[in-house]
Amino acid sequence: MITEYKTIQEINGPLMVIRHVEGVTYDELGEIELPSGEKRRCKVLEVNGDNAVVQLFDSSTGINLANTKIHFLGHSLQLGVSEDMLGRVFSGMGQTIDGGPDILPDAYRDINGLPMNPAARDYPSEFIQTGISTIDGLNTLVRGQKLPIFSGSGLPHANLAAQIARQARVLGSEGNFAVVFAAIGITFEESQFFVDEFRRTGALERTVLFTNLANDPAVERIATPRMALTAAEYLAFEKNMHVLVILTDITNYAEALREVSAAKKEVPGRRGYPGYIYTDLATMYERAGRRKGCPGSITMIPILTMPEDDKTHPIPDLTGYITEGQIILSRELYRKGYLPPVDVMPSLSRLKDKGIGVGKTREDHSGTMNQLFAAYSLGKDAKELATILGESALSDTDKLYAKFADEFEKRYVNQGFQENRSIEQTLDLGWELLSILPVTELKRIKEDLIEKYLPKKEQ
Amino acid sequence: MSGRVVKVSGPLVVAEGLADANMADVVRIGEQRLIGEILNMNGDSASIQVYEETSGLGPGAEVETTGAPLSVELGPGLIESIYDGIQRPLDKIMAIAGSTITRGIEVPGLDREKQWDFVPTAQVGHKVSGGDVIGTVQETAVVLHRIMVPPGVSGTVKEIRRGLFTVTDTVAVLTKDDGTEVELTMMQKWPVRISRPYVQKYNPVKPLSSGQRIIDTMFPLAKGGTAAVPGPFGSGKTVIQHQLAKWSDVDIVVYIGCGERGNEMTDVLMEFPELIDPHTGEPLMKRTVLIANTSDMPVAAREASIYTGITIAEYFRDMGYDVAVIADSTSRWAEALREMSGRLEEMPGEEGYPAYLSSRLAQFYERAGVVRCLGTEERRGSVTAIGAVSPPGGDTSEPVSQATMRIVKVFWGLDSSLAYQRHFPAINWLTSYSLYLDTLKPWYDQNVSPDFMRNRDWAMAVLQEESSLNEIVKLVGQDALSPEDRLTLEAAKMIREDFLQQNSFVDIDNYSEGQRQHLLLQMIRRYYDLSSDALSAGADVSQLFHIPARARIGRAKSVPNDEYVETYGRLEQEMADEIEIIRKQGGDD
Repeated sequence: MITEYKTIQEINGPLMVIRHVEGVTYDELGEIELPSGEKRRCKVLEVNGDNAVVQLFDSSTGINLANTKIHFLGHSLQLGVSEDMLGRVFSGMGQTIDGGPDILPDAYRDINGLPMNPAARDYPSEFIQTGISTIDGLNTLVRGQKLPIFSGSGLPHANLAAQIARQARVLGSEGNFAVVFAAIGITFEESQFFVDEFRRTGALERTVLFTNLANDPAVERIATPRMALTAAEYLAFEKNMHVLVILTDITNYAEALREVSAAKKEVPGRRGYPGYIYTDLATMYERAGRRKGCPGSITMIPILTMPEDDKTHPIPDLTGYITEGQIILSRELYRKGYLPPVDVMPSLSRLKDKGIGVGKTREDHSGTMNQLFAAYSLGKDAKELATILGESALSDTDKLYAKFADEFEKRYVNQGFQENRSIEQTLDLGWELLSILPVTELKRIKEDLIEKYLPKKEQ
Repeated sequence: MSGRVVKVSGPLVVAEGLADANMADVVRIGEQRLIGEILNMNGDSASIQVYEETSGLGPGAEVETTGAPLSVELGPGLIESIYDGIQRPLDKIMAIAGSTITRGIEVPGLDREKQWDFVPTAQVGHKVSGGDVIGTVQETAVVLHRIMVPPGVSGTVKEIRRGLFTVTDTVAVLTKDDGTEVELTMMQKWPVRISRPYVQKYNPVKPLSSGQRIIDTMFPLAKGGTAAVPGPFGSGKTVIQHQLAKWSDVDIVVYIGCGERGNEMTDVLMEFPELIDPHTGEPLMKRTVLIANTSDMPVAAREASIYTGITIAEYFRDMGYDVAVIADSTSRWAEALREMSGRLEEMPGEEGYPAYLSSRLAQFYERAGVVRCLGTEERRGSVTAIGAVSPPGGDTSEPVSQATMRIVKVFWGLDSSLAYQRHFPAINWLTSYSLYLDTLKPWYDQNVSPDFMRNRDWAMAVLQEESSLNEIVKLVGQDALSPEDRLTLEAAKMIREDFLQQNSFVDIDNYSEGQRQHLLLQMIRRYYDLSSDALSAGADVSQLFHIPARARIGRAKSVPNDEYVETYGRLEQEMADEIEIIRKQGGDD
């Protein structure tokens, strides 16, 4: 028998206190019925004796303390999963909103998932060719990696994410792929950009979309990415698909979390975000990966906009500590018109070393990668020096480095959102650029590889 | 006697009716028998931190105390294991529950089925006390597990057996002084929050050799010492921790992955059984114990994982071994502490961390050291503690970094700008320090060369000078420098690129032995000294930079290990000859 309570004592923002409850458990899902018959959902944040504190997943507007009924469902928030979810659009709480029929779930899954046993993980090492030189050549993505894009307001992160989703291929394998896309508090236009893009490339029928737009309730955002990841886990680990998860924008998610934390009057950590935000983000990000004995995988690309382009802001900072690298976009490159404006210096892929080299990409990948990084760094230093002291103050070698840095940005970085380069093209381009420098400077590459790959200069 | 849950808030549970329980007891909660630990007691109600997810738990659930504080099982079977924060073997959990970690799984820390070949060393009639070795077990090819009398137990050996036993079988019987008998097994239990006893502590005097040039030569760590590696994300903290776990010349490594990435633990798990330890010739896994509380695993167990790890380390230390504990990252441990403190509604100190943060950190690091082990026979063992710190935004003015820096003696400061240039290890030579230089000097003088420390000091001075000269270059350009200064800059560049930089993904360069480090730096110094001479004889500085030997020094790192002595010798001779030619030309002008 279901007990219904009409004992709501207090509503404070997204939180409600309900009295005289019995048998309610932590994290249990509740359903609120308004006098009008409208239903809203909430989850239990704390039970203390016969009082329960719940957090709404919806606005609290219109709830009447005396006439509103609430009952608890005996389980935590779940998502009904099925292969039929592909090609469908869901709300941030997992209801179909594309006008089609409801999904007949194969199973229900707790949206919080379970921690993955590190002993059961399989190390990601399959090279994904994204067709983007700055990623493939320098910050290589592998299957099962979580690689966020750190962006800023007004930068074209959506185009980059769409380009990755469109071009990503694993060489020599045409596996069963799917895209799970979660719009978290973004605008209709941005969300529609992705939908149109998926439709244009025919990926839409292999895509599951969860949309919580900017005008949807902020607290719903806490559930949205978890809904998406639950669907992704089902497709990857039970249906053996290779799933690419795009979550945008994590900054909005963290703000929703802060809102709830503030309402709970918790001791705030940095910039008002709760102290547990690291753990909270980690329980989402860590759901990416591979499992032993399972052919499927989850590759995750969370997108976040850094407030004031500040990498040390808690959200990008904590994300960077959890994810396996980051792709950082640069406003300076964007202003120069170089697309995609990937700032290669602070960008990083931690899993690249296992995904490149003989049998995966090419034997010269590792050495040229380090050399390009080092040369670009020196080139930028030289250019900086030249702006202070004038070009004439540079030594001959430094001048070549400065030229290298310019060419690198112009040709290697600036490929546009439509060009799809193979890994060979990317590596060859790297050699072409390195040939600007004297051979003696190429210390990071083995001599036999220089002999084999460096374009011979015409005398 | 059992209590009832009255409040659940995340990992914090309050229960009533626990008047029988002791402070810090481990309790079992609800039908799923979740594991928790008592943090506070007030009358008969207790605040409990739960080591597992509390979803689905509500008031009324039963709470039962085990009557004992959080303890680990110590005995054969520890090596090559991977444990969670409260010593449950993750591979066994996988066999039971599959790829994910479900709740309430009870698996003992040591395998109860496995039999070990116990070889007695004590004899009937011997008087033994806590710490005395009664027998040995060859646990892995490289670890001889010494079975010791647990601390606090003493008596005369009445009976001792030989043969195959499990960890719970009796291997010896002691008659105590009061005539009662105690049966000893190969396993003992120890509460993790209490350090294991020893006879005496000593100052560390031997270096811990890690095969990493910037560490061994520039900022050495002593066996039994403490070190911290702070750095922003992407600066290579984890790579350095892994390198230390791989190549340190210690007997046992305990690696604690505390609130870090799951794939990093997987990497260790997959790589260590393949990598060969240069000191023993056996796979590295055969001397490694792993503790993993990855960032998606419950936060309360993260707090415990550090203690679980160091207790296991102390146990091996008591056998007379050198042990290294590597904790990645202590910041996550501090955050777990903060989270529990917040839920307990304690008054927060700096940045929300509890006021006892620094004393807890100090207690942890103080468990490191060189000791004379318990037992009649003289044995020395050591625990070296190395902790990574992940300061928010890379800013080390935050409480965890500051509290750590007050305690540790070696500080390897990572620098993101070095990482961007792909200068690895990205340890900044200007901000890092080691307070063991003086205590280790006699060892280096005796075992490497009296020149070793002199070269090191010279290299540090050159790097320091480089940083001042760079300020000038930024203002007036390189042309304004004297030839001597330009030579200093070149020497600094050589130290940075040809010596300090070390690629952990290139096999030959991965591990560099002490003598090799010494010869390489010696060669760079020789280049500087000879060039300096040539300059004063009027030689042209840029000619000196372009001698063929100069470029070959740049590749000296990748000379195979069995050839380096010869190659370096030849290279040094060629360099001297080439510089001599230039010096003579300079003189002719």
